[in-house]
Amino acid sequence: MGGDSKFLGLWYVAPYAVGLLLFTAFPFVASFYLSFTDYNLLSSPEWVGTDNYEKLFTRDRTFNKSLSVTLTYVFMTVPIKLTFALFIAVVLNDKLRGINLFRTAYYVPSILGGSIAIAVLWRYIFAQAGLINMIITAFGGEPVNWFGDPDNALVTITILRCWQFGSAMVIFLAALQSMDKSLYEAASIDGARNWHIFRYITLPLITPVIFFNLIMQTVQAFQEFNGPYIITEGGPLKNTYLLPLYIYDEAFKNFDMGYASAIAWVLFTIIMVLTLIAFWSSKKWVYYAGDKRD
Amino acid sequence: MSDLIQPLSESTEPPTALQIKLQRRSRWNAVLRYTLLTVVGFVMIYPLLWLVGASFKSNAEMFSSAWFWPKDATVQGYIDGWKTSTPYTFATFFFNSMQIVIPKVIGTAISCTLVAYGFARFEFPGKKILFAILIATLLLPDVVTRIPQYLLFRELGWLDTYLPLIAPAWLAGDAFFVFMMIQFLRAIPREMEEAARVDGANTAQTLIFIVVPILMPALVSVCLFQFMWTMNDFLGPLIYISTVEKYPVSLALKLSIDATEAFNWNSILAMTVLALTPSLVVFFIAQKSFIEGISTGGVKG
Repeated sequence: MGGDSKFLGLWYVAPYAVGLLLFTAFPFVASFYLSFTDYNLLSSPEWVGTDNYEKLFTRDRTFNKSLSVTLTYVFMTVPIKLTFALFIAVVLNDKLRGINLFRTAYYVPSILGGSIAIAVLWRYIFAQAGLINMIITAFGGEPVNWFGDPDNALVTITILRCWQFGSAMVIFLAALQSMDKSLYEAASIDGARNWHIFRYITLPLITPVIFFNLIMQTVQAFQEFNGPYIITEGGPLKNTYLLPLYIYDEAFKNFDMGYASAIAWVLFTIIMVLTLIAFWSSKKWVYYAGDKRD
Repeated sequence: MSDLIQPLSESTEPPTALQIKLQRRSRWNAVLRYTLLTVVGFVMIYPLLWLVGASFKSNAEMFSSAWFWPKDATVQGYIDGWKTSTPYTFATFFFNSMQIVIPKVIGTAISCTLVAYGFARFEFPGKKILFAILIATLLLPDVVTRIPQYLLFRELGWLDTYLPLIAPAWLAGDAFFVFMMIQFLRAIPREMEEAARVDGANTAQTLIFIVVPILMPALVSVCLFQFMWTMNDFLGPLIYISTVEKYPVSLALKLSIDATEAFNWNSILAMTVLALTPSLVVFFIAQKSFIEGISTGGVKG
């Protein structure tokens, strides 16, 4: 639009630029700085060098536990959720009557997803006298101590997040539906079995959305807060004490802002490194059809 | 597959063994798929069914059966739950939630429209870098900015107000929504806008009278997502809101778990149902635009 000043567009994006500076860029830099300080809100931040990090990695048992629980949680939840989402998407991807009904039914839990109400529901479903144990005993089984047993508690949160496979599934389904059907037909006529069609045709073609879902779900899983906060309250014996909970407690209960920032930066670094590995390795396994612009 | 079989079977020749085999296989295939989908669907939905049913059960009946349908339906849970253990009722908490949700949704709609328009339709110095940052922030975990944000709002004297929850939305704080609208705008041809400009409209007029109407579907899904995310947000209010009188629904619900005796389940489950209702209503009114939004933009959740 010829006559406009070349700065005109800047006016439109100005709100974003200001917000970016105030609420993202400045906090990002500040939290890095704070992670090298001791700051309890009462006096100004005091520079302590790498003390916080040294303490984290050498003397802090809670951090050790929290880190290992977090990694267990992420590496358990993300693959199960994505595999299940992909499986259901493949099953749904046919000219089935009523596909929209199923798609909606599967998507509802995702929509309610992060809601605190669902976490509350989970707490009551998995309680000793809750729905799951009622069903187990109705079938003649022994009730399971979901929250008291360290191995089970984390599983309840994983189940909750896998229950919300819908958004990942909808993305898979959209990719499957946009695929060129003639490839399947050709393979099918050639006598290829379903599994082979899936393995050698479908899977390579949807690697871009697998990649996308993998990154989004991993970043999200590392930040899981509501589940453990409401359902298990970090317990038992800190077995569901994920890093975001630890950061929250240090920052907003103990007001140890410097230490909390250091934990946040460790978590951030882990997420970053994994994301970079994913991007780097994607050249080897993500298949982009044709030339991709933008 | 059916496209290929159809023309063959319409011909006068009898179906070949391969065709019969393929047809039989596809029929079995459909039966298998439906069974699987129904079972999975039932497992998915049952917790929600149970929640609604159990909220109408008495506490005595609650633990007697896993079946969701109440034998003697009672609204006692709703009456007790609504009153809460605080001096306030859930009416206060819903009103508080609306005081956060409505300004936030409006701010998101306005700021994201402006910013998306700027990115999609203008060239300006620094655009490439700014857009790259926008994409990068999509992946930036909030956890790393949360503490200094808190300190900033504390400096401003905004603690225990709704401003920290609302203000970022007025400055296009959700990069995801901006990104989604840019993608939407890019797919729309510019002829109408250019015609308006030729007729003498300035860019602001073009935005309001031409672009916004076209952008409406994307705008609606942005508002819906923001409504639900804000309604369901827990950590934000947990950090910033400390007075019970100002609690939104999410915090009030947590409070009622802590305050209720161990086996008084129906009042909590009843309030859980109410807390989910706004999101469910919005979802069912607009599920089409939700699912389209998620397929094109790819949403967390």
